[in-house]
Amino acid sequence: MNIIINGTTYEVEKNTTILQACKNAGIDIPTLCHDERLKPTSACRLCLVEVEGTKNLVTSCSTMVKENMVVHTHNEKVMKTRRDVLNLAISNHPLECLSCDKSGDCKLQDYCYEYGILNGTYKGAMRTPKIDSSNPFYDYDARKCILCGLCVRVCDELQCSNAIGFEDRGFEANVSTPFNEGLINSKCVSCGNCVSVCPVGALTPKGQKFRHWETSKVRTTCSYCGVGCQMDLVVKGKKIVDVEPAMDAINNGLLCVKGKFAYKFINHPDRLKTPLIKRNGKFEEATWDEAYRYITKKATEIKENYGPNSFAGLTSARCTNEENYLFQKLFRAVIGTNNIDHCARL
Amino acid sequence: MITIEKLEQIKNYHRPFLEERLKESANTTIKDGNIALNDLYYNKQTRIALKNCGIINPGNIEDYIAVDGYSALANILMNKSKAEVIEDMKASNLRGRGGAGFPTGKKWEEAFKYNADQKYMICNADEGDPGAFMDRSILENDPHSVLEGMAIGGYAVGADQGFIYVRAEYPTAVKRLKIAIEQAKELGVLGNNIFGTGFNFDIKLKLGSGAFVCGEGTALIESIEGKRGMPRTKIYRTAHKGLWQKPTIINNVETYANVPVIFQKGVEWFKSIGTEKSPGTKVFSLVGKVENAGLVEVPMGMPLREIVYDIGGGIQNGKKFKAVQTGGPSGGCIPEHLIDTPVDFESLGKIGSIMGSGGMVVMDEDTCMVDIARFFLEFTVDESCGKCIPCREGTKRMLEILERIVEGKGEEQDIETLETLSETITTASLCGLGQTAANPVVTTLKYFRDEYEAHIKDHKCPAGSCKSLIEYFITEKCIGCGMCAKACPVQCISGKPKELHIINKLACIKCGACMEACPKKVQAVIKR
Ligand SMILES: Cc1cc2nc3c(=O)[nH]c(=O)nc-3n(C[C@H](O)[C@H](O)[C@H](O)COP(=O)(O)O)c2cc1C
Ligand code: SF4
Ligand code: SF4
Ligand code: SF4
Repeated sequence: MNIIINGTTYEVEKNTTILQACKNAGIDIPTLCHDERLKPTSACRLCLVEVEGTKNLVTSCSTMVKENMVVHTHNEKVMKTRRDVLNLAISNHPLECLSCDKSGDCKLQDYCYEYGILNGTYKGAMRTPKIDSSNPFYDYDARKCILCGLCVRVCDELQCSNAIGFEDRGFEANVSTPFNEGLINSKCVSCGNCVSVCPVGALTPKGQKFRHWETSKVRTTCSYCGVGCQMDLVVKGKKIVDVEPAMDAINNGLLCVKGKFAYKFINHPDRLKTPLIKRNGKFEEATWDEAYRYITKKATEIKENYGPNSFAGLTSARCTNEENYLFQKLFRAVIGTNNIDHCARL
Repeated sequence: MITIEKLEQIKNYHRPFLEERLKESANTTIKDGNIALNDLYYNKQTRIALKNCGIINPGNIEDYIAVDGYSALANILMNKSKAEVIEDMKASNLRGRGGAGFPTGKKWEEAFKYNADQKYMICNADEGDPGAFMDRSILENDPHSVLEGMAIGGYAVGADQGFIYVRAEYPTAVKRLKIAIEQAKELGVLGNNIFGTGFNFDIKLKLGSGAFVCGEGTALIESIEGKRGMPRTKIYRTAHKGLWQKPTIINNVETYANVPVIFQKGVEWFKSIGTEKSPGTKVFSLVGKVENAGLVEVPMGMPLREIVYDIGGGIQNGKKFKAVQTGGPSGGCIPEHLIDTPVDFESLGKIGSIMGSGGMVVMDEDTCMVDIARFFLEFTVDESCGKCIPCREGTKRMLEILERIVEGKGEEQDIETLETLSETITTASLCGLGQTAANPVVTTLKYFRDEYEAHIKDHKCPAGSCKSLIEYFITEKCIGCGMCAKACPVQCISGKPKELHIINKLACIKCGACMEACPKKVQAVIKR
């Protein structure tokens, strides 16, 4: 069917939203609460557009296209309303961009820049300063929360943990855990998917200090299990400072606690970087060649003295399929035992 | 199983007892088989939704049957097709009494035409408007009329399950509804195979916890589903995908109470009452500074003046009428020069107010219109669910400005800011709560702008009501009787007997006790 956006006619598929149609047409519509993976909620009201023949503006994220619909995405009325909505949002947001971890990657900051909002002109009460830092991996700072609901919906619709929800009403509303007992006492599994979707600095990972513009991204596969989640390592200099789930991959923008947060071993001082061989009751660093020779020697001795069934092998979910295959081959064909198993079966 | 004959038998057997009982009480007359309440107050009213209130015993289904109860349902099930019921509803042009005035027949048709394995009927008995108690009155005094209306709707759209979402703060209504549902099931007018026609209809109660926003249709559905009561974004119509994503009809208590009567007395009869575009009656809860406050049911199109003066008996204490607020917290204030406006959906809309669920607050000359706007905004801010930015943040900012103005701390640009905010909140909010929240401000700004300006520029409250802007003062007329000093709760009035008394302005809490206490003949204390 055909619709007219800002005076140009576009051909669009049935059952698309105006937002999707605009995206396909290369027209940028601001959104703070939209996520293609989730049901639309239309809470932020930034994606409002004018559809000729309707009294109020409509949210493009939740309005389906209709034949010959005439849409204005950036006319005077729309821009004025968007500016005022942004003004209202930023008026109740601490202007701590200088010290906020999210600076440079914050949608509220970006839109205020785009729409020319210097600072909030509405002076008055501010959000209640509630901070939940009970989770070991991330913090919630309610002062910065814009109540887009993305975290709540990700946790409910995609992570299916339902650990967080809204508490209180109106101006007092907050993201919270049941009975306000803190994230650590909730059903939260620390997957961090809420942290990944938060458009502002309300949910932030604990730890590293970096500026987004100082980093580059390296796409890799999570090595913790066989699912093969794709992720982008956020790298500053030679150090990994954060992990972001890849959207365009099988994991569809999701990770688990290990993929999201368990990367700090990489630069950890205790990390083993060479094999160790125990000599005179003490572990000493060795080369891989030394280590292999040592293993072959010992294994041959044991096999001769006690037989192949004195061996058992346990392999790891952190290895690839190919590595696991080779490991069992080593045990069955070289050592000659069927005592071989895998941690995923335990 | 109940049959039409059995229903008739119950009626014939029970009617004389009811009439006997009513004859004994002085406040009813029975004429040509019609029972009516006696009183000047009631004479000017036309009662459809409230017609059984105060007449039948709500705890007794036979009483309801004695006044033709369940005869419409029986008749429809035996003689009318679903499509015919829908056609009749459309022809009657009954419009929703819960606020928006959407034509009920059209709504039912949407659900009727939509194919689904399950459909639901919901009765919205959340009645959250402060000071409103029309629905409560119907539920408490005539619960069966609502059950019958729902069953008729259920038959028409093809639903076999109904829910009544009633606020838990109405314990009597809840209790009577429970009894009514039980009795209806026992008799067989609810349940399976009603009147032997194979039509099944059951009704369950769901208790709400008194959030105003849960009266909004989609928030109400979320609440029934066990989720937080927040409005849904409208992608689909509720009549297509509502409760548990099934076609759902939500109607207001009063709307349902009208349904059986329309089918008993006919579409033409119904259309002969009220106006062409708003047929029938509307129940209002008339409160504020009128002589006779209470529930009134009048034909649509009755001029406001008649409601306020002829039924309400005019303003208390001979004061001057100033304005009337219709439509509850999301309605508008109507000034004196518009008091001849007929009360129907279109006419009220044209002057910036709404019918709403039927709140009607009358204000006299002592009411400050800025303070009234502040009062209603305070309610909306409290009740906003917090989901969307314009309503959550915008109404709060508006309230803050209004609070400043009534304290005499208003600033030059405040009126303009209020206007910008009103526009943003109205056009950009997600649900009806936000979309109408600015109405009290918009209408008072439109009709009483001078009062805003007086507060801001002159630091005066013309109505003499905003405490921060008034002071009590004792004039030369003082005879030094000392009554005021005795009455003052903070002892801030001093003066020797028979000499002029003086109020210490710094300590005065502006309660007005001195003014009350000063002898009527003297009236030395003034407010300025
Ligand atoms: C904030 C808000 C509160 C509402 N509260 C009520 C209510 O308490 N009772 C009611 O019947 N309708 C209420 N409504 C209107 C309902 O959304 C809905 O339009 C109505 O129940 C439909 O029934 P009707 O067509 O019979 O009027 C409310 C709407 C809004 C936006
Ligand atoms: S970390 Fe995961 S489980 Fe915990 S609240 Fe966030 S999304 Fe839910
Ligand atoms: S914490 Fe972030 S994602 Fe969650 S509601 Fe607040 S702003 Fe949105
Ligand atoms: S308009 Fe107000 S009540 Fe309605 S969804 Fe938005 S915040 Fe909630």
